Amino acid sequence: MNIVVCIKQVPSTTEVKINSETNTLVREGVESIINPFDTYAIEEGVRLKERFGGKVTILTMGPPQADIALKECIEVGADEGILVSDRAFAGSDTLATSYVLSKAIEKIGDYDLVISGKQTMDGDTGQVGPGIAQRLGIPFVAYVSRVDDISDGKMKAERMIDEGHEVVEAPVPCVMSVSKEINVPRLPSLRGKMKAKSAQLTVWSAQDLGIEDNKVGLAGSPTFVMQIFSPKRERQSEMLEGSSAEQVSALCDKLSEMKVV
Amino acid sequence: MAEEKKIKKPRGIAKLIEGKCIACGARCQSACNKANAIEMNENGEPIIDASKCIGCRKCVKICPAEAIEMYFTPEEQKILDELAAQKTEAAEPETEDLTAEEIEALVKLKAYKGVWVFVEQTEGQPAEVSWELLGTGAELAASLSVELCSVVIGQDVELLCAESFSYGASKVYLMDDPIFKYYRTEPYYKAIHYLIEKYKPEIVLFGATGLGRDLAGAVATKLETGLTADCTGLAIDENGCLLQTRPAFGGNIMATILTERTRPQMSTVRPYVMPMPEKNDTGTGEIIRESMNANEEDFTTKVLEIIRDSKSAETVDVATAQVLVSGGRGMCGAENFQILQELADEIGGVVACSRAVVEAGWMPQERQVGQTGKTVRPNIYIACGISGAIQHLVGMQESDVIIAINQDPKAPIFEVATYGIVGNAMKVIPLITERIRELRAKKAVGG
Repeated sequence: MNIVVCIKQVPSTTEVKINSETNTLVREGVESIINPFDTYAIEEGVRLKERFGGKVTILTMGPPQADIALKECIEVGADEGILVSDRAFAGSDTLATSYVLSKAIEKIGDYDLVISGKQTMDGDTGQVGPGIAQRLGIPFVAYVSRVDDISDGKMKAERMIDEGHEVVEAPVPCVMSVSKEINVPRLPSLRGKMKAKSAQLTVWSAQDLGIEDNKVGLAGSPTFVMQIFSPKRERQSEMLEGSSAEQVSALCDKLSEMKVV
Repeated sequence: MAEEKKIKKPRGIAKLIEGKCIACGARCQSACNKANAIEMNENGEPIIDASKCIGCRKCVKICPAEAIEMYFTPEEQKILDELAAQKTEAAEPETEDLTAEEIEALVKLKAYKGVWVFVEQTEGQPAEVSWELLGTGAELAASLSVELCSVVIGQDVELLCAESFSYGASKVYLMDDPIFKYYRTEPYYKAIHYLIEKYKPEIVLFGATGLGRDLAGAVATKLETGLTADCTGLAIDENGCLLQTRPAFGGNIMATILTERTRPQMSTVRPYVMPMPEKNDTGTGEIIRESMNANEEDFTTKVLEIIRDSKSAETVDVATAQVLVSGGRGMCGAENFQILQELADEIGGVVACSRAVVEAGWMPQERQVGQTGKTVRPNIYIACGISGAIQHLVGMQESDVIIAINQDPKAPIFEVATYGIVGNAMKVIPLITERIRELRAKKAVGG
């Protein structure tokens, strides 16, 4: 079974500030990591390969240095890594991203399952997974928490819904996003590390994928960030002073006024 | 990311100046061949449809009698005045002429009207966020002077139409069919895509639930339009565009996002971010029944079973509680949460916690409030030993009253607090519980 796992390299922290003079993001010195939600997708891909045989290909879109993330995936059991990288992709929103990734998956061609994390830590949207499935014209199964079986061209799985769980059956190929309940990602093995060191990664450009210029980057992104700002706090705060007893008494008077007591 | 706010020059709409038309022979109408906003009356004077006018000024230019002028609303005029004041040195051309492509694009955008809310349901049970969205949608529809509609899809879900009306919708698009019995991405996105293509709404809102994010993502991709996740603020700008404000980078930064060139503009909003509107049981409206040309055989994904989490007395829902007593790292250990439970019991509240507490294993994840936990807006939120990391604040700052108890006077939690006490929560909370008991006892005696 051939499995494609889509991942994203994200900043290791969300502690990003705005330079108030230039109104731009301060991102210096922030390390990049594999999006934590994607580590469950990688692990599930490797586990399914171990169960059913086949190959795990990791796919990411990003700058040239995202190759480090691909090598980390090979350390934990993935077979191949493909980096889709091109200046033309800069500024792509989720719609343009799903377009690029689906073009890359079409080029990979022989796949049975596409797996992604449920969302990224930086963008937090969860929109790229369903977007890829829609573009590939295959079903999407969100928030999978357990894969029971894949046989006879069908996958039986359990997925999380807001009210609890749901048991679903979907044909393969399909796209699924996984929730973190699905597994506990393994640590890299020594053998994996050796393999990653010598692994040859594939790099594809916009041209390699036959990408239409007007469908990627800023031109291909219908959403447009008009303004960024630091969150405002508008609440009038009142500090209750005095001894503990006085503070507590003052607070309880307030609670009385609010008819809580 | 774009960094600067760009103020767009309003284009205005064309208006006939009473008594100046010379009935030249419908030159203005022929100039308006793209937007088709002009009809001629029997006297040969133009009647301009403001809802169709795109502000291209072609009619103004072609009119031999200077009988048509551009009209601006007071808000638009204010922006024009401001822009004029800024540009005293560099005299810019009045209003740039639109290219043929720009005119075509504007005409296309103008064809989209109305605000839609997707009513989410599971086995007929509506997700409350749908009604919150109708509340927000009503405000957007009012500023645009357009209809507020809801979209109800499912099996035997007609009851949700009446409920939509009672929360402010004036029209419901209903698709009731066995293929929609359980949520599956494919039939649902195809249904909504069909409705949007047919009726062309300008704004479509979804709850940022598991289902809503999945569905909206598929619909937006199919339509190749913009979708903004987890909006915390929605408003209409001077050009009638939807301003979508959302937290980015775990809430450290807020971003305002526009979908300028495509329609509909689509957003998801988390539950409890928007206030619940008042229900009006006398509300009525029109139901438009629609069906899609599709059979069960067209869909290969099957839902075999839904296993609902048992709602035993043990399970709590911090998202719906009206009073929350929430503990952070400052509670020092799992055993100290009993102190919070006692206060919660006394004031009819529920115990919640911060991410650090879940990571330390002191409380289960279902109690977590914040960006990666639940978003809450209770009447009262009591933060005990919570420093107030931004990712926590974004999940609770909409609470009506916030009471913060923390040892560090500089803790950010005090910036959002209504009332603050600098002190050790583990010592202060038992005093509060005790004091409340005293007050109760006094009342009982006095009353």
